[in-house]
Amino acid sequence: MPVTAVPLYLPGASPVHRLGAGPKLLLLLATGVTLAVWRSPWQVAVALGAVLLLYAVARLPLRVLARQVVALAWVAVPLLAFQWVFASWRTGVGVVGSFVTLVLLAGLVTLTTRTTAMVDAVVRVCGWLRKFGVDPERVGLLLALGIRSVHVVLGLAQEVREAQHARGLRSSPRAFAVPLIVRSLRHADRLGEALSARGVDD
Amino acid sequence: MPEIRVASVSHSFGDGATRRPVLRDVDVTLTEHRIGVVGANGSGKSTFARLLNGLVHPDSGTVTVDGRDTVRDGREVRRRVGFCFTDPDAQIVMPTVAEDIAFGLRRRGLTKDEVRARTQGALTAYGLEGHADHPAHLLSGGQKQLLALASVLVTDPDLLVLDEPTTLLDLRNAEMVRRLVDGLSQQVVLVTHHLDLLDGFDRVLVFDDGRVVHDGTPADAVAAYRSLVAR
Repeated sequence: MPVTAVPLYLPGASPVHRLGAGPKLLLLLATGVTLAVWRSPWQVAVALGAVLLLYAVARLPLRVLARQVVALAWVAVPLLAFQWVFASWRTGVGVVGSFVTLVLLAGLVTLTTRTTAMVDAVVRVCGWLRKFGVDPERVGLLLALGIRSVHVVLGLAQEVREAQHARGLRSSPRAFAVPLIVRSLRHADRLGEALSARGVDD
Repeated sequence: MPEIRVASVSHSFGDGATRRPVLRDVDVTLTEHRIGVVGANGSGKSTFARLLNGLVHPDSGTVTVDGRDTVRDGREVRRRVGFCFTDPDAQIVMPTVAEDIAFGLRRRGLTKDEVRARTQGALTAYGLEGHADHPAHLLSGGQKQLLALASVLVTDPDLLVLDEPTTLLDLRNAEMVRRLVDGLSQQVVLVTHHLDLLDGFDRVLVFDDGRVVHDGTPADAVAAYRSLVAR
């Protein structure tokens, strides 16, 4: 998956952009719960249609949506085929449709919400965890690092793949996975040090 | 300028048979505006830099910044000592440029308006105003290093420690970082392999095998370092 296929905040003034991070995250959660129950093709189609409508309301460029759909196809198509063969087409459409709907909705939330706003919302919601010794700021930081790490790991994967090709190891999963894991761990180590230097540990 | 006091500091990595001393009885007091640190790879200069904001604790001896011990008063020291690493990718925490600059201001008791104003000020001061909502991972190497510096400097530290900030940069971007460092009012400790960055510095330390083997003006220090490398 190319790095550019992963959504990141796109500034805008649409009603979706203006909606608070909290309601948007709540909508994502509610959709997830609903789609765990709604599994028939028409129900999933309604949910997917609603998400696509929100993309239109958010006035996001069509290519942004297209990039995400293409990136999802790598997982969605084999999954649909598998479900179709081993269960039924109805199950396949229900499972894959739910998956695509949720990923697109999560993408919409990321595209229209600043990470800082999401972190603030998560910190607010997790305020009660203080009673149990959990620092809500840390939970928020976890979310921010999660979003940032997707791009870092994809970037590392791209570099490893290029190095692999340069050395003629095109089809070796081991030659891809081992350096990617090692480099990701090394990055995590350096990031931890940088966070300490910025006083996050204090 | 803050007084950095490194008193009889030794430090090793590893245990038992793998134990490797990286600093051996280092003893310096630094009060100058701009201080350079040079030395070969593995000479101990990066460990020395990490001592200054408490990222590394000495095995023996003490490190203080304006009287604050980096071990005992680590939190206060880190608030006053900014640190910039070689690889900017490893220190960018937030997905977009403005958010990463603002990240350093969290937990500082500032209002949202103050954070916004200081972030905007930093974006303008470091030439990143056109990139506020730009994904940080899509910046060029030089812009990433500028962002890393801006994210540290927005917190207004008294002392800035830079560990080889130009190693991954081309000549043009290295020059950009040099100009930025030159214009800082803060005390700066710069660890570097780019000896031309040290022009105009007040004092340069040369490290070899965990010891300060030369301490003087840039011209003398660079000559001493070159003769050390030629040996």
